Formats: sequence, C-alpha cells, structure tokens
Amino acid sequence: MFHLDGATKRFAGRTALGPITLATPTGKTTVLIGPSGCGKSTLLRLLIGLIEPDAGAVYFDQAPVTSATARAIRLRVGYVLQDGGLFPHLSARGNVALLARHLRWPAAKIESRIGELATLARFPTDALDRYPQHLSGGQRQRVGLMRALMLDPDALLLDEPLGALDPLVRAELQDDLREIFRTLRKTVVLVTHDLGEAAFFADRIVLLKDGAIVQDGAPADLWHRPADPFVTRFVQAQRGPQLPEAA
Amino acid sequence: MSRTSIFAILLIGGCSERPVEKPTVVIGAKKFTESYLLAEMGASLCRQAGANAESKDLGSTPTLWLALTQGDIDAYPEYTGTITRQILKDNPTDLDAALAAHGVRMSKPFGFRNNYALGMRKDVAASRNISKISDLRNHADLRCGFIPEFRDRPDGWPGLKRVYGLPQENVREMNHTLAYAAVVDKSLDLTEIYTTDGEIVQHDLLVLRDDLDFFPAYQAIWLYRADLERRLPSAVAQLRRMEGRIGEPDMQAMNTDVQFRDETVNGVSAAFLASKGIDAVPTVDPSLAERVGSTTSEHLQLVIPSLLAAMLVAIPLGILASNRMRLGQTVLATTGVLQTIPSLALLLFLMPLTKWLFGSGIGAPTAIAALFLYSLLPIVRNTYTGLTGIAPALRESAEALGLTRWAILWRVELPLAAPTILAGVKTAAVINIGTATLGGFIGAGGYGRPILRGIDKSDIPMMLEGAIPAALMAVLAEAAFGAVERWIGRRRG
Repeated sequence: MFHLDGATKRFAGRTALGPITLATPTGKTTVLIGPSGCGKSTLLRLLIGLIEPDAGAVYFDQAPVTSATARAIRLRVGYVLQDGGLFPHLSARGNVALLARHLRWPAAKIESRIGELATLARFPTDALDRYPQHLSGGQRQRVGLMRALMLDPDALLLDEPLGALDPLVRAELQDDLREIFRTLRKTVVLVTHDLGEAAFFADRIVLLKDGAIVQDGAPADLWHRPADPFVTRFVQAQRGPQLPEAA
Repeated sequence: MSRTSIFAILLIGGCSERPVEKPTVVIGAKKFTESYLLAEMGASLCRQAGANAESKDLGSTPTLWLALTQGDIDAYPEYTGTITRQILKDNPTDLDAALAAHGVRMSKPFGFRNNYALGMRKDVAASRNISKISDLRNHADLRCGFIPEFRDRPDGWPGLKRVYGLPQENVREMNHTLAYAAVVDKSLDLTEIYTTDGEIVQHDLLVLRDDLDFFPAYQAIWLYRADLERRLPSAVAQLRRMEGRIGEPDMQAMNTDVQFRDETVNGVSAAFLASKGIDAVPTVDPSLAERVGSTTSEHLQLVIPSLLAAMLVAIPLGILASNRMRLGQTVLATTGVLQTIPSLALLLFLMPLTKWLFGSGIGAPTAIAALFLYSLLPIVRNTYTGLTGIAPALRESAEALGLTRWAILWRVELPLAAPTILAGVKTAAVINIGTATLGGFIGAGGYGRPILRGIDKSDIPMMLEGAIPAALMAVLAEAAFGAVERWIGRRRG
C-alpha cells in the first residue's frame, strides 16, 4: 500500500533517513522499531506527506505522495499520535467529528458513525461530551483512534500510540487495538520503541538504526536470525522482569 | 447640506430634532477659557443669523488653521500676533491679502489685546528686585515653566532669550494651568502668561514689563472662511458685531468668572452679550445627567467603531505575521511605532487624510482613525503570540487529519489562539477608552471634553465629570471581556 523508493530525508544537512526502499503489505500490520533518533517517526511522516523526501519518492496506492496529492491521501489514511494529539478546544465528540463536519457530512451520518466507533474502540458514550483534559490517558488514545478511523480510511498510521500510558492501561489497549486491526483488516504502520509491543502487533517488523533498515522480516526472525550484532544487542536490551531469588 | 453634517447625522443616528434645511456654521475654539468664551459668543451670534451653529474644541493653532483652511470649521477666534508669527511666519504689509490667498478673511479687532508676557509672584520679584524683563539678565537661577508652544516658537522663549540676552537654562515644558499653580506654590519662579488671564488677578501676580517691546500685539479677531461671506453673509455680519466691543477688563473679568467663580462658559458669554445689548441665541447649559449622557454616547461612538475596525484589520495582520516571519517582524515593528506617536501629532497628520476620505477633518472620523491606529498593536501582537504559541504537535495533528490550510486556521488555530487574541482585544479596549479622551482635542466630544476644559480652569469636579465615567467604562469593559473569557474557559473545562 505504501511504497518508498530510495527516499532520503536530511535535516540541517545531516541525513536523518535513507535512502530507504520499503513496501508495506496491504491489510497487514508493519511495525517500525528502533532506538531514539533512528528515523522511524520521520519515515512515518514521509508516508502522508507531512514532510517531503529530499531524494527518492514515496507512493501511496501507486500514486506519488507530493504536496499536491498529500491532502487527498490523508483523507484515506488515519493518523494517531502519542496521547491522541487531541485538540483541547473540542470535546471528544468534536475531535472525532471535526473532519467529517469540515467535509459537510449530514449530522445524522456523523452521529451514527461516532456511535459505531465508540463501540469499536470501547469508549463510553457518556464521555463523548468531555473535553480532552477531563479524559484519562487511555480514553484520550481511544478518541484519537476514533478520530483516525472516522472516514473509514484504507490505512492507519500510529506514532508511539501507547507511549504515555501506564502498564495496565497499556496492556488493555494493546489487546483492543490488535483486535481492531484484525477486525478491520486495515493496512497498519505502527511506530514503537518497545520490542514486546512490536512483536505483539506485527505481521512484519522493520528495525531501523541511524536512518537505515537493519532488519526487515517476521518478528521471530529478530530472535532467531539476527542480521547483525546490533539486532542481537537491541533484542537483549529489552529485558523482562527479573525475579529476586527466593530466600 | 454639507458632507460634515450628513456624517454628523449618521453618527448621531435617530436624533433628528435639528431641522436639516438650516445652514450649518461651525466655530472652532482653542483649548483655553478665553477661546471657549469667544467661540461660544460666535456660535450664539450665528444662531441669531438663523444658522445651526455649534462650537468645537480643537486644541492648538495648527489644528485650527488646518481645519479652517480645509473647511471643517467656518471661523475661529485668533490673535494677530499668532497669525504673523506662527501661521504665516511672515509680517506682510497687507495682512488681508496674505490671508485671502488662503481663502481666509479677518475681522476688525474685538478691542482687547491678549499679549504674551512673563509673570511671577510679586514677593519673589520684589525680593530679587525684578520689575521688567531686562531685569531677568542677572538671575540665571530662575526656574522657568512654559507651554511647549511658547518654549519652541521663535516669537516665544527662544526669541525673547536672544533679544534680551537672558541666561536662564532651567526651562521646563508644562501645561499653562499647572505652570500657574507651580508659580503660586513657589516650585517655579517664572512662567509665560496671557495678559487677559484670570489667574493674574486671582493670584495677584506681577506682569513683567516688556521694556524692549519684544512681544507683538496680540489683537483678538475672527478668522473666517471667505466662502462664509458668500454662503451666509448674515452670519459674518453677526460675528462682526463683536468688533470693538470687548475691552481688556471685560475679557479678564469673563476669564476670571469662568475659571474661579464656577460659572459656565455659556452663561458668562450670554451675560456679556446681553450686557452689551447684543442679541444672540446662547447655547443652553445642559444638566449634569444630560452632559454625562451625551459625552458617554459620544465616547462610545469613538470607542466601538475604532475597536471593531482595529479587530477587522489587526487579527488578519496578526495571522499574516505569524505565517511569514520576516513580514511579521515588520508588521509588529510598524504597529509598535504607531503607538509612540503623540496623539496631537497623529491627529494633525490624520486631518487631511480624513478630510479626503470622509469629507471632514475634525470630529469623530479623525478621532476614530487615531484610536484605530492605537488599537492595532495589542491585537496584532496577541494574535501573533497566540498563533505562534500553538504546540507544533497540534498543528501537525490537524495537518495529518487532511484539513485544508484554511480549515486548520479556522477550526483549529484560531480557536486555540482565541483566549490570547481576546486578551489583546481587551487590552486594546481599555487603552482605547482612555485614549478616546483625545476626542476633546479634535471636536469629537466624549469624556475628553470635560477633562480638557476642567484642566484648563483647574476645575476638579469638571475633570471628574469626564474622568470618573471614563474609568467606569474601562472597568465595565474589563469585566465584560473577563466574563467572555471565563465563558470560553468553562466550555473547555
């Protein structure tokens, strides 16, 4: 669905990403993972034209992503940021409905779509009229997801969607999100720095380091067929809880 | 009917008891009691000629001369010395011809002279053995306070200093009335005075003899537009009934009555005309409630249009500035510079412009134009700050959603910046309400009129008549905007 062809992005003369060539399979979940500054968020922003590549090209559904086509493409792609990226001046309902209202959907259609999404995202209907400050972190994330899904997009991009949540809420949302991805069969590109989370969601994992792809494959490959010593170090750095030995 | 009166009627709105078919005559007045009195006499005489007449407070000589020559006023009382020294800056043999070149005519003198002179406390003068201006040469330590006009004009202090060889360097710029007060309480030694000032008698001051005849004769006369003679000859004839009828003691007594006996300009001028057997239709003194009502309405008619116009221009300017950094700096710097222009200078600069745009260089349009310019800065700056202060993540979130540039501005950025923009409008409103007192300089009325007239005669109650409602209006505006802010805040939880 998304396709990068030798895409390169430089910031202040320094190459931040690329050249990268990568295609994301339709209907599958691709997870971009890597240490801070590896370029995973930059890659995500290239996909919907928030930034343009300095060299190479980006395609969505075979069409090039340029400043001229970016808006049309964004309407077909949902985008979820850490903490939801919600607008504080709008209620949960206002945030979800913003784009549909701008596109002049009939009010009844908007309402029924919000109802569907609230059920899907397990968001309490009575909280729809609250403003973001009065929602919990998990609830804000659910609203962000509803907003991204409002127009029933072909693809969903998520940038560290669960980064700001405490472990219990995070686990619950991970379950719900994976359920939603599987139900909707969307093309999903998710950015995270947590290997456990990546393995939980991914049909395919892309590990990035210093703006380049180090390994690209099934989650199990990272453990069993590491491409280079960095992959092994990265996998081992994600440690699980170490129980103190029983006295 | 002139464009001025059409505008006035539009502004006043429904207040239509004035028959529109009457010709209109506007008399200008400078901002001191004597000028108010003479202008009021002129207005009541023009009414006697069947005209709709009013007098307008217009501040200083340059403003009045500009208003007269561009046709905003028909006549105003002036002094011959001021015409040659300050207006024409020339002493032509044929003064009438020189004025005619500007489309202006001059009446014969009213009879009194109001010369510039220097005055001091009698006891201070006696202790230093001073009785005439040349005696000042030996007292370099004297503290002087002059009005800006006198301090800077060649026929004022600079000329006097040169001709007499005066050594004083301690010269402060002060309001005329305040300078008198300072001389009386001995914080100043010397000030300029006018020979008809009521204060001379009131404070028993010494007028120093001009032993080198430096000061020219300041004969009081009418300056009027040549076209008034054609348009309404009877009005000119009425105005000229003042020629030769007002002596120096008369004028001094009238000034004293207004400044120190708590009598009104309208009352004193009516009584004087009656005492001389000159029939006229004096302006009726309105009651306190009527006065406050009309100054409030005038004040609002300055504040509201100027604030609305400033919002319409400043918010888009702020948006533009926030999008283009270099342009933004220019816009902010320009509106900042506007803020530093003194109000009198700005008014004088705007008069030809508003004359051209609205057909009148005095009154509400000019005051509104000045207030509009003064209101820009706080609104532009806060719009700019509000928009540039939005978290980049939110802006990106809006962009990623697929909203157009305009939709992002309208649905996300402006609502997010709204509290800051509103705070800017509130600041502008409060400043505007205070600054709108400049209407008193330019015949636009409002609270500035009683404040300026009150300052002129050190009449605290009269000043308060303008100052208290102005303060109340500012407090109310602050509270109203505060309520809107809280309402917005509550909506956002």
